[in-house]
Amino acid sequence: MIDVINLQKSFGKKEVLKGVNVTIEEGEKVAIIGPSGSGKSTFLRCLNCLEDPTGGSIIFEGEDLADLKVDINKHRENIGMVFQHFNLFNNLTVKQNIMLAPVTLNKKKRAKNRRIKLYNAIFKKDKPLYAVSSLKDAKKEAEENALRLLNRIGLADKADVYPSTLSGGQKQRVAIVRALAMNPKVMLFDEPTSALDPEMVGEVLDLIKEVADEGMTMLIVTHEMGFAKNVASRVLFMDDGVIKEEGTPEQIFEHPECERLRDFLEKVL
Amino acid sequence: MWEAKWNAFIKTFIESEGYIRVLTGLKNTALIAVIGLLIGIVIGTLIAIAAVTPKYKVAPRIFDGIGKVYVGFFRGTPMVVQLLLTYYVLLPLLGIKIDSLMVCIIVFGMNSGAYVSEIMRSGIQSVDGGQLEAARAVGLPYGTSMIKVVIPQAIKNILPTLGNEFITLIKETSVVSFVGALDLYTAFSYIGSNNYEFMVPYLVMAAIYLTLILVVTLLVRILERRMKKSDRRH
Repeated sequence: MIDVINLQKSFGKKEVLKGVNVTIEEGEKVAIIGPSGSGKSTFLRCLNCLEDPTGGSIIFEGEDLADLKVDINKHRENIGMVFQHFNLFNNLTVKQNIMLAPVTLNKKKRAKNRRIKLYNAIFKKDKPLYAVSSLKDAKKEAEENALRLLNRIGLADKADVYPSTLSGGQKQRVAIVRALAMNPKVMLFDEPTSALDPEMVGEVLDLIKEVADEGMTMLIVTHEMGFAKNVASRVLFMDDGVIKEEGTPEQIFEHPECERLRDFLEKVL
Repeated sequence: MWEAKWNAFIKTFIESEGYIRVLTGLKNTALIAVIGLLIGIVIGTLIAIAAVTPKYKVAPRIFDGIGKVYVGFFRGTPMVVQLLLTYYVLLPLLGIKIDSLMVCIIVFGMNSGAYVSEIMRSGIQSVDGGQLEAARAVGLPYGTSMIKVVIPQAIKNILPTLGNEFITLIKETSVVSFVGALDLYTAFSYIGSNNYEFMVPYLVMAAIYLTLILVVTLLVRILERRMKKSDRRH
């Protein structure tokens, strides 16, 4: 589903990723672990080009995302992302947070269709139009979807409040369903529980596990080793900008091979 | 002494219909300041967006360059000079004839655009970078993310400063008489020159300016509190 080939990223002279190679299959749950500064977050952020890779390629749906000419916005719709610091839109209510992207992208596509129609009329061409519903339908659909998702996480009563009134755990759960509202093909989680109070970690991990059990393909950068053990189908250990070791959770946690990984596990377990 | 001065003022104000000039002046002052600020916000936002856009491509670099020159010019010369240059140099050269009030509105708008751009830039930079990232991550293009997510939060952050800019504009309108537009100052100096009694007219003028600005300050404060509602915990 995603082929990462020799991915490199440097910030100025500092090389953060030194050639990452990995293939993610559909339905896999990949946990990425490693010491801080090893490049795991940078790797995840490169996958949807929040950081532009400086070398290598990321093949997703037949296109190379590392190529700057690719329409990255189109692909980002299919790659959900959840951040360490939630990043809910502070100026919008919870419901609007979830509805913003579906509704806005519907408007964008309809505007594009108008341009294509004009182009077709002028040049007598037959460029295909995007399949879009009317704005009214899209809004209604997005709202129903948002309420369904909020119901699912038990926050339907918070639909019309602003994010500042939510607890950290609630914010992160809303952030997860905001990503789900786009029906992504893959989800990226960037340390989703690191900024939470300990008693809220559980509710967020439960939701992530639920999403995983539904068959979502996901990559999770995490420090929760227990969670990686239970949920992941594969674990990548990153160190110094490369994947040092990968394998099933059992292999990684019970039979670590490289010295660095044994060292790391000793410290965190 | 004051009674005579006051009577002279009232006489011109009422009987010679000085109040019509004052009201027109008040209206013009408000028009220039309000529309000027609106134009300024639009221009300033565009320049600020050009300034904060990543410069990988050529187009943002060009826009940013133009913005910098623009800001440099309008902040580097007094408003009066800009008014005079536009009214007596630029427009005659271009062969355009427009009403002096219109010229004032446009020049005030362009001038405040330069100041608002700096205010807006710091406002945008005060919004947490994660907000833009989250908007981009769900597939929204850069411009849409800015307009829907970042700019509304930036405006909230800079509202007090924007209020100050509005107050500055109101006060600056007293220079529009240089190009023959009627404002509060022109109205009161007309009343004064009618019988060479300037004391009372100018005192009343000061009082009106002061009241105007106190009211605006109050309105900005109310608006600010309303916009803070997304920060409040109930």
